[in-house]
Amino acid sequence: MSILVDHHTKIICQGITGKAGLFHSQQCRAYAKEHRPGEDVFVGGCTPGKGGTEIDGFPVFNTVEQAARKTGANCSLIFVPPPFAADAILEAADAGMELIVCITEGIPVLDMARVHRAMQGSKSRLIGPNCPGIITPGVAKIGIMPGYIHKPGNVGLISKSGTLTYEAAWQLGNIGMGQTTAVGIGGDPIIGTMYIDLLRMFQADPKTEAILMIGEIGGNAEILAAQFIKEHVTKPVAAFIAGATAPPGKRMGHAGAIISGGAGTAEEKKKALEDVGVVVADSPADMGAAVKRAFDRRK
Amino acid sequence: MKIHEYQAKQLLAKAGVKVPRGVVAKTPDEAAAGFTELGGPLAVVKSQIHAGGRGKGRFKQHPEQPGVVLVKSAEATKDHASRMLGSTLVTIQTGGEGKPVNVLLIEEGLKIAKEMYLGVVVDRESGGPILIASTEGGMEIEVVAHDHPEKILQEPFDVEAGLLPYQARNVAYRLGLDGTSIRAAEKLFRQVCQFFVDNDCSMVEINPLVVTADGDLVVGDAKVTFDDNALFRHQDLVALRDLNEEEPMEVQAQASGLSYVKLDGNLGCLVNGAGLAMSTMDIIKYHGGAPANFLDVGGGANVDQVTEAFRIILADPNVKGILVNIFGGIMKCDTIVTALLAAYDKIGISVPLVVRLEGTNVDLARKMLADSGKKIIVGTDLTDAAKKAVASLGA
Repeated sequence: MSILVDHHTKIICQGITGKAGLFHSQQCRAYAKEHRPGEDVFVGGCTPGKGGTEIDGFPVFNTVEQAARKTGANCSLIFVPPPFAADAILEAADAGMELIVCITEGIPVLDMARVHRAMQGSKSRLIGPNCPGIITPGVAKIGIMPGYIHKPGNVGLISKSGTLTYEAAWQLGNIGMGQTTAVGIGGDPIIGTMYIDLLRMFQADPKTEAILMIGEIGGNAEILAAQFIKEHVTKPVAAFIAGATAPPGKRMGHAGAIISGGAGTAEEKKKALEDVGVVVADSPADMGAAVKRAFDRRK
Repeated sequence: MKIHEYQAKQLLAKAGVKVPRGVVAKTPDEAAAGFTELGGPLAVVKSQIHAGGRGKGRFKQHPEQPGVVLVKSAEATKDHASRMLGSTLVTIQTGGEGKPVNVLLIEEGLKIAKEMYLGVVVDRESGGPILIASTEGGMEIEVVAHDHPEKILQEPFDVEAGLLPYQARNVAYRLGLDGTSIRAAEKLFRQVCQFFVDNDCSMVEINPLVVTADGDLVVGDAKVTFDDNALFRHQDLVALRDLNEEEPMEVQAQASGLSYVKLDGNLGCLVNGAGLAMSTMDIIKYHGGAPANFLDVGGGANVDQVTEAFRIILADPNVKGILVNIFGGIMKCDTIVTALLAAYDKIGISVPLVVRLEGTNVDLARKMLADSGKKIIVGTDLTDAAKKAVASLGA
């Protein structure tokens, strides 16, 4: 088992004729071919105005609706440039995509506020934006992460950051552990899926036996996650919070990674998580080991 | 992107929001003329820098001179202005270095009955804009939120519909306003919220919001920050950027597609990815060192970007060593090493350089480093690299 992505996931890419869109569509297709030979997992893409053409074997459609109707896709991976990305997300939702993964970085935050508003009550689930995507190792990769570092296993991984997710997956691999599903939720202030949504899913997923959540400074999502863990999560949870040394008021790369007015510090988040029994790694080199400690604590 | 108070007030005035009459001055004579133009009997001279705490701040060159002062004559205005302009103002928010003052705002005095707080930001939890108000004006809102959370009013509003009239009135009544102030507040709150949405702001803060003796509401001070990601559709606002207020190296880095923040330590770092870059700073500190910067070279680091990154790190005279931490995913480790070695030759790095690589083609990349004959210290893992980097500073 896994969450969000399984053997029924059929993927298209919005923005497939762009450089990044094509490259990563090829990578995701190759991953699927390697792990599930003979199955059609990555089925095409769309770019307005290029419908009816083909690019490296991928059929291209003008609209998501057409792509969905012709290919049976139920998941869209978005590489559309920031000024048009919000529109692309809503197009995917309107076409009934069950899962929408938006990689695009740099979307205006009020565009995301409009997306958030428009998707109230929608059946689609949005991951991101500004995220590495989602992978169920051995089943499907929908994003820009290097597939081979994510080994199949029993840990649910949730992270705001890209390379830090890879680091964590790598550390888990080195101690013989892997993931059921790894989800990059993105480093922007307004995102489609937050920790709590995924904690709920991992808690319900029988194959997931522990959860590793990687957070960072800014906002209070990790604090809310801690409250949720206290009330609803019985599985062992480990965590790491990046940015203990970040100065207040400065944006650390991610639009959301900013300590404002003394709130959103790593210290505060760490404490909130430790208070509810989460094993928090002090060093980023210790993320994998922290999961192991979280397991051991339950024995 | 931040702008100055005088710019924020000009924009708010254009949106119909009531601001005090004011004159912008860049010389002591302009300041004196400004006082005369406003007609007295009282005016306020305000230093224009992108940091708060100006009233309590003092100038490096004139330790008795506050950053904001009340004046009663053109002569006094000129006198103060001559000490303020061209001098460096140090406040609790500027850090010890302070900020140079090049522009003053001369404003009419207001008959203040009450001071309140008004702010608009993006609320991550509700996923949209939110109006924040408090009766405790003139104080740092974070302090109020900490000591008296019950005095903070929050009203999320719809990004499309804006703040609705009844929402504005609810906030106004809860603030204890009455009489003509209710109408004034309804109008001003809605205008400020619309201003926030129309200009893609990430923050608007009016502190204090002044309730005058005759019940009107006027902007006392205004801080406005725009969403950098939305500036592409606000070219008129881009022109308001004041590069004097920004760290020159951060500006240069931005132009090269790098994300750089200068810090106070002496160990430079070069990392791919924001989260890993932050974590690298953390692990340096964890092992007893002090990071000199945050630097994210992004996912597609090439020779030019890595070279520029080294140049920026080394431009900081405090830097006594560099730690490179790369997790090669889609971007392969050997590609990174090629860029690294080319940059090394171009720049001529003289401080100790510790490199930690992990990920795709890492063995090939490590061999390339070893065969290069350069004085590069290889870290086997994150901990080892951080320890070696910190130790290299003492060598």
